[in-house]
Amino acid sequence: MSFKVVADLGVCQGHQLCQGEAPDVFGFDDATDVVVVLEEHPDESRRPDVTMAVRYCPAFALSIEED
Amino acid sequence: MTATVNEKLAAIPEVSTVLDDQDPGVPDIIKGTGHLPEMRVDPIALFHRVREECGDLGRFRLAETDVVLVTGAEANEAFFRAPDNVLDQAAAYPFMTPIFGKGVVFDASPEERQQMLKNQALRGDMMRGHAQTIEAEIRRMVADWGDEGEIDLLDFFAELTIYTTSACLIGKPFRDQLDGSFAEVYHRLEHGTDAIAYVDAYADIENFRVRDAAREELVAKVQAILDARVARAEASGGTVPKEERDLLDVLIAVGMDADYITGIFISMMFAGHHTSSGTASWAMIELLRHPEVMADVVAELDELYAPHADGTAPEVSFQALRSIPVLESALKETLRLHPPLIILMRKVAEDFELLGHTIPAGTVVASSPRVSNRIEEDFPKAEAFDPSRYVDPRQEDLQNRWTWIPFGAGKHRCVGNAFAMMQMKAIFSVILRDFTFEPVQPLDSYADDFTKMVIQLAQPAKVRYRRRAR
Repeated sequence: MSFKVVADLGVCQGHQLCQGEAPDVFGFDDATDVVVVLEEHPDESRRPDVTMAVRYCPAFALSIEED
Repeated sequence: MTATVNEKLAAIPEVSTVLDDQDPGVPDIIKGTGHLPEMRVDPIALFHRVREECGDLGRFRLAETDVVLVTGAEANEAFFRAPDNVLDQAAAYPFMTPIFGKGVVFDASPEERQQMLKNQALRGDMMRGHAQTIEAEIRRMVADWGDEGEIDLLDFFAELTIYTTSACLIGKPFRDQLDGSFAEVYHRLEHGTDAIAYVDAYADIENFRVRDAAREELVAKVQAILDARVARAEASGGTVPKEERDLLDVLIAVGMDADYITGIFISMMFAGHHTSSGTASWAMIELLRHPEVMADVVAELDELYAPHADGTAPEVSFQALRSIPVLESALKETLRLHPPLIILMRKVAEDFELLGHTIPAGTVVASSPRVSNRIEEDFPKAEAFDPSRYVDPRQEDLQNRWTWIPFGAGKHRCVGNAFAMMQMKAIFSVILRDFTFEPVQPLDSYADDFTKMVIQLAQPAKVRYRRRAR
């Protein structure tokens, strides 16, 4: 089973907490102050960290979609 | 034009009236103002009735202003996603203007909020310091507690959150100039949010006189602190050591007067004060009402903070920034049932299309966390306090991003929510490990006072603490 990482850029407030959880999956665009998904289909081993990033996003801007 | 507006509004169902706006008990100043008299005494019943009678889109009237209340995921999403130039937040809260004072804005634009996040107190990397500050403030508050005693939840948490918000957002030197009297005056100010402001925010009524006197008292307190700062700076040759400076010194340096600075401080503290104070109080009340949840939370904290083999134990300020799942679920469920803000409003700047209706410019559109958070289809047994909603795979907060809205949603979602959750986790980590609590009044007697737009716990709200044996 694999999964897809989705960021809602209309909702992101630029807290950047996701980068703390999974810096290989989430980056940041300084020009627009919003998240950049660096890896849309992370390896299954990254699921726990990505799940934490989704759960603790202060803007509820992230989600996981099952492929 | 007027006919068109009326036609557009007529297509949106209006809620029934249960309190006659000409009733002899209604103050003269709000006679004939539609649903304003009811909103002033029982807003919860009014907002729930809008959804029951009208569905996802219903209308009530506050004097000259029609308010369209939206609920449900689809309408809420459209509401929260609308850009500021369509739905304007600033113009919708007339009761705040006299509290902040002239020229102090209600809220920043999303761009300014983003800038604040990057540059100022709510930045992610500032959180560790805030967590340490908050832990120290809680310990300072309980330092004079004996082995057992009684506290009033409103008095206790309203004072604590004055210290935490001022220390974290303005600075420690300023906080150290405050005592319990600042919290007491601030509370009177918050109590001045009578909905009569929708007719006249400066009306000559008792609630507003108390409000304005409270604001003047706060200005005097800030003036005294300011004068002392200036005097000390002069005495020490014009400079104060950097570690003793805070935001107040910055605002003095750019030439602001005490009245304006007080307004800025009030506005900075406002969003984080009554909200956090109320949430901490309700979390305690819900834990007392549900001893099995309390036992789970205490067990989780005891395990988390148990000393390691080498004798050291995790610090609260460290752990509060990390996952504490059982406590977090209890806090989320508290927020769902008792959202500190029960209605969020926007002024419609341009005609706004929603669920096949046109909401005309000049009206107000609103979303109610209180109503949305209790939609039965999204939150089964919605009236029940059930922290297991947030456990995998239910995740009813993430699954219902547009109806689980204690912090609002979208670009204007509370920027302080991570700070607020950290603060709650720190508070309960400290007090539940050192003390047990029990109610000293019937559990159903703890209630909110809904007669002001800023909702506060009704007093008395007393609980008894006992120091735990270690």
